Amino acid sequence: MISQIITASFVIALAIGLSALFFIGSNYILDRFLSSESLTADLDRQRRDKIREGIRPWIFVGPAVLVLVVYLVYPVFASLIYSMQDRNADGFVGFANYAWAFGNDGFQIAIRNNILWLIIVPTMSTAFGLVIAYMTDRLWWGQIARTLVFLPMAISFVGASVIWKFIYDYKGSGEEIGLLNAVVMALGGEPQAWISLQPWNNILLMVILIWIQTGFAMVILGAAIRGVPEDTLEASIMEGANNFQIFFKIVIPQIFGTIVVVWTTITILVLKIFDIVFAMTNGQWETQVLANFMYDQLFRSGDIGRGSAVAIVIMLAVTPVMIYNIRRARMENQ
Amino acid sequence: MHHTNKMPLATLAKHATVFLLVLLWTLPTLGLLISSVRDKDSLTTSGWWTALAPAERNEVYRTPTADAQSQSGDVFVIEDRLFEVDARVLDTWGSRPTDLTANQAGETVTMDNGTRMTLTKDGQFRWESDQPFELSRGERVFYVSQVPPTFTLNNYEEVLSSEGVGRAFINTLTVTLPATFIPILIAAFAAYALAWMNFPGRLWILAGIVGLLVVPLQISLIPVLRMYTGLSGIFGWEAKSYGGVWLAHTGFGLPLAVYLLRNYMAGLPKEVMESARMDGASHFEVFRTIVLPLSIPALASFAIFQFLWVWNDLLVALVFLGQGEGKTVMTAQLVELLGSRGDNWEILTSGAFITMLVPLVVFVSMQRYFVRGLLAGSVK
Repeated sequence: MISQIITASFVIALAIGLSALFFIGSNYILDRFLSSESLTADLDRQRRDKIREGIRPWIFVGPAVLVLVVYLVYPVFASLIYSMQDRNADGFVGFANYAWAFGNDGFQIAIRNNILWLIIVPTMSTAFGLVIAYMTDRLWWGQIARTLVFLPMAISFVGASVIWKFIYDYKGSGEEIGLLNAVVMALGGEPQAWISLQPWNNILLMVILIWIQTGFAMVILGAAIRGVPEDTLEASIMEGANNFQIFFKIVIPQIFGTIVVVWTTITILVLKIFDIVFAMTNGQWETQVLANFMYDQLFRSGDIGRGSAVAIVIMLAVTPVMIYNIRRARMENQ
Repeated sequence: MHHTNKMPLATLAKHATVFLLVLLWTLPTLGLLISSVRDKDSLTTSGWWTALAPAERNEVYRTPTADAQSQSGDVFVIEDRLFEVDARVLDTWGSRPTDLTANQAGETVTMDNGTRMTLTKDGQFRWESDQPFELSRGERVFYVSQVPPTFTLNNYEEVLSSEGVGRAFINTLTVTLPATFIPILIAAFAAYALAWMNFPGRLWILAGIVGLLVVPLQISLIPVLRMYTGLSGIFGWEAKSYGGVWLAHTGFGLPLAVYLLRNYMAGLPKEVMESARMDGASHFEVFRTIVLPLSIPALASFAIFQFLWVWNDLLVALVFLGQGEGKTVMTAQLVELLGSRGDNWEILTSGAFITMLVPLVVFVSMQRYFVRGLLAGSVK
């Protein structure tokens, strides 16, 4: 134990030291060997300065570009190629992997479930977040309430899965220790094995992500609500509007842009959802989703072609958002 | 709203609704926390919400044999204890499992053969007979007792030592710290260049980074893993190493890091930097002495993001570090426990809480920076 801690700290220090050394060292080398101080002629100096300062941006931005190209840009193209190759990435098979996927039951269930997740999770998280943000705004204990709702954001998907699996626990004999079954029994119902109860088990898995993401929506929307001009609120109160009218007719229209942003951000997260399904059911009982299906193809069946084809499908789903973001960013920086 | 004082009923409803929602969001975690400090037996037999009430437990006791009898006067007596003196209270008992509530504690009951048996609340057992006992085997007595709530840290001890969570904690730390620091460093330099330096291709890189913000990391798993395997074949490195995970997390975290930091740095006052440049300071000096100190809030925001993300990550660790080989991180260990110890809630609850502890502390203590980062990071 102790020796591992020492090894770990050493490795951490080394990694941190080396990366810091790169930047300090390369800037030092640049200043040292392309210094213009030794030159006498003005023209030579200017030329030397120009070369040096032309190189420097690339020292600054180079590592980031290199890492991004290796870990994100190249993989997009590599996956595209792998997705048209066979299971060991040896031979070209055209669109056979895609054709296989769309004819596969597991894939179809995954697509169906992903669509359900995409409809339900962002909508519910945004709705809960909006309601809680609005109701806790100007509440004297609102800050505490918001912190408590926000807290699940810090919990890993796996940790959250354990928390909720405990709630959904089913024993079938003796006293039920799962909260959900206890509530059902208190209301006079029969305890259920929720995790395998189709199709409701999908909803129960979504609840976990809604529970986590509501805090995110609440924080962003809360800030937007505080940004609604005071005078529009006061004017509507003067007019005799009640809380509901203010909420739906004044607040929501003014923060609609932010609502769309929150909804989109959660949508992108949902497309990639993996941990919760992996930990809770591993895709059994018709709870499969794309990311877990892909993991299955890759690491259980060992099929690079099919796994890559599923990855490309996930990629295609986020592409519209990507294109929109790039266009907007380019417009802003022009 | 200002006018709510005029509508006490509406205000009350609002308080109640918020309270209910907060309860709904808190109870799951609370249940886990309470369960993790309950002892194993009560955890599996009763819901965590009963943790503060005494638990009813049904047990069997076997009486001593005739060897244990003593004689006082005409009476033969066997004495014993059902359980050690503690806070437990005996309620009822019977001689058959179906008869648990036949006799009350403290009552002296005459048995079929004329012997008299007494069980008191504190667990004392007394059995009298006018004839010598001739038992070669103890009789069975079935009883119900009330066990007061007990809380224990045994679950934590067990999960830390024998279930590999202690080791996994160190592994997670080894993954997380460099995987948080390296992207910050790389991104800070890149962000400065993109905000304050002029060079060809600047706008293209910027647009590319915005595009990469939403690329799902699933797309990178196979190509990067194959690259690692290829490199390990050439150079003899391990294909699954901490270094590989750090760099992978760096790659996946960089778009957000550069985006956040560039936006922040671009908003810094231009005059300060220009006057420093006029005085002959190089870009590196301006970056180190002016921009970096001014950017600490943004750096902190991203650091918390990346720390939480890496600490809580499962997929990247599973793929690039694998399970087994002593490098398992906590999330992977927890998934493994979910599979192998799915019904051992004492292990799962305490294990899960250990994985959550550090993120919760970081989160609560640095919430302000985290919120600031969220607000800046959501692409408007």
